[in-house]
Amino acid sequence: MVINHSATAGTLESSDALITVEPGEGGIALDVTSSVMNQYGRQIKATVLDTLERLDVKDAKVTVVDKGALDCTLKARVECAVFRSCDQSAANIPWGGVIK
Amino acid sequence: MKNAVGREIPDFLLKDGKEVYQGKNYMDGKYLKKASPCTRRYEKPQESKIVESIADALRQVGAKSGMTFSFHHHLRNGDYVVNMVMKSAIEELGLDDLTIAATSLGDAHDPIADYIEQGKVVGIQTSGIRGRMGEVVSAGKLKTPAIIRSHGGRPRAIEAGEVHIDIAVVAAPTSDCVGNCRGIGGKSNCGSLGYAMTDAKYADHVIVVTDCLVDFPNMPASVEAIDVDAVVVVDSIGDPRKIASAAARISQNPRDLMMAENVAKVIASTPWFKEGFSFQTGVGGPSLAANLFLEKYMDERGIKMGWAIGGICGPMVELLKKGKVGKVIDVQDFDLDAVNSINQTPGHYEMSASQYANPANKGAFVNKLDFVVLAALEIDTGFNVNVLTGSDGVLRGAPGGHPDTAAGSKCCIIVTPLVRGRMATVCEHVVTVTTPGDCVDVLVTDYGIAVNPLRPDLIECLDNAGIPHVTIEELKEKAYSIVGRPDDLEWEDNVVAVLEARDGTILDVVRKIKPLSLND
Repeated sequence: MVINHSATAGTLESSDALITVEPGEGGIALDVTSSVMNQYGRQIKATVLDTLERLDVKDAKVTVVDKGALDCTLKARVECAVFRSCDQSAANIPWGGVIK
Repeated sequence: MKNAVGREIPDFLLKDGKEVYQGKNYMDGKYLKKASPCTRRYEKPQESKIVESIADALRQVGAKSGMTFSFHHHLRNGDYVVNMVMKSAIEELGLDDLTIAATSLGDAHDPIADYIEQGKVVGIQTSGIRGRMGEVVSAGKLKTPAIIRSHGGRPRAIEAGEVHIDIAVVAAPTSDCVGNCRGIGGKSNCGSLGYAMTDAKYADHVIVVTDCLVDFPNMPASVEAIDVDAVVVVDSIGDPRKIASAAARISQNPRDLMMAENVAKVIASTPWFKEGFSFQTGVGGPSLAANLFLEKYMDERGIKMGWAIGGICGPMVELLKKGKVGKVIDVQDFDLDAVNSINQTPGHYEMSASQYANPANKGAFVNKLDFVVLAALEIDTGFNVNVLTGSDGVLRGAPGGHPDTAAGSKCCIIVTPLVRGRMATVCEHVVTVTTPGDCVDVLVTDYGIAVNPLRPDLIECLDNAGIPHVTIEELKEKAYSIVGRPDDLEWEDNVVAVLEARDGTILDVVRKIKPLSLND
């Protein structure tokens, strides 16, 4: 998928994460800050990168401000931000396809 | 050297007879030579000890650089006194190289972090450390490692002379002109002054700071004029709204209530739940709610509680007033109901920190406890509890009376949700051991109950009562299946805090955390 414009998903509430995606400058640039950085930073990075790969996003600047979200929440927030960034979040989300 | 809870204690800390933690009751039967203060004689009758300002009081008692100042934490997060006195010592008298020995420190003391960064405060000895002070100490900015002790470990250390207090500062809601102090009767009431009592007896000098001067004699006094050098009257010693909250309310959260009900079930299944039993509980959601369910079981069996101790709050005072508990003995008060009850409600008494929890005296109240219900930030599969460091390794908590009541009681129950946000409360290894696993008996979580295998007698009690329980490993795996297995924290070598067991041996150390960078 191609990031057309910047979009966000999520909140800064405890156990959630705020994900911002913006058009990239060639490749994935990921910035993570997290309240559980020392124990889960690597897993957050891996989850976000896996999700982007599943959505076939190759060129994006992604900012994660995590407040202790579980993996399932992170995935959902990344997916939502990506779909919003190419105006596909209102209809025709591929449930059961890349969104599982 | 590895200690009895498997923690590596660096050799440089093991000097002057300091040992690593060897297990519960290791010091039993040993002798203690008590330290004694060097105090000034005031033979010539004084009409009043009131001096103009804190600076004057400090000058009068000969405050100088390198000294240790002690404080107590009854004013909790409303306290103004620590900051006022340290500001005066450092900015008016120009002192440095100072050590703060406080019964606890909190967010109210953020300004002290600046004095640590400037190198004016070089030592911290406390039970609790939070906020900015926790951050700067964790970042290695304090010149010497902070020493963290329990509420019972502190009077032990003072009596043993391991902490010598040059100047004890008593924040007194009321005082008379010669320094008889009480925690009630003024405008910043805190109730019990139990933590200040040992300090006042063992300090070379004692300064009373009050915002309500009352007629002599202020009786019954918690801190007595015979130990006091000077009295300072200030506008305000603290913010009353933060000293004592309105009545502590019992949680309505169904998860807390479910856990609390299970705590009460466990208690009711043991042989010590009988007429005259003794009890302490924390003021956290599920711990406090345990009161409610316990009362139900007491009514069912037609029994009454003999006595309760602790930090006290409204629901316990309520039980006292209803005649369902015989006596309440109190080292600190958490809400206005408790503040207004101490020494007023028949059966509600004050006690000192030593009387409460000191392991080196001849029998503190905790040693007679049947049950204690406590919370935890983390508990590991060895039943070791952490209530000091956050999951990021930063100091932000307090052992308080946790290790003392756990060690003294017949049945110590930890109640905590299995996970908090993404943090597994039940884990493989706690960040810091603050209460050793050999003192912890039962864990109650929202996903099940586990009993320490060291207590087959309690396992039998639960089985006989039909209370289901699992192993603590199963609870840990359940937690990790929800939040993922955490990476181990990475540390630098330098020790930022030493965690003393209540008997004075070293239980654990906190090192400087190595920040994680994802760009490597």
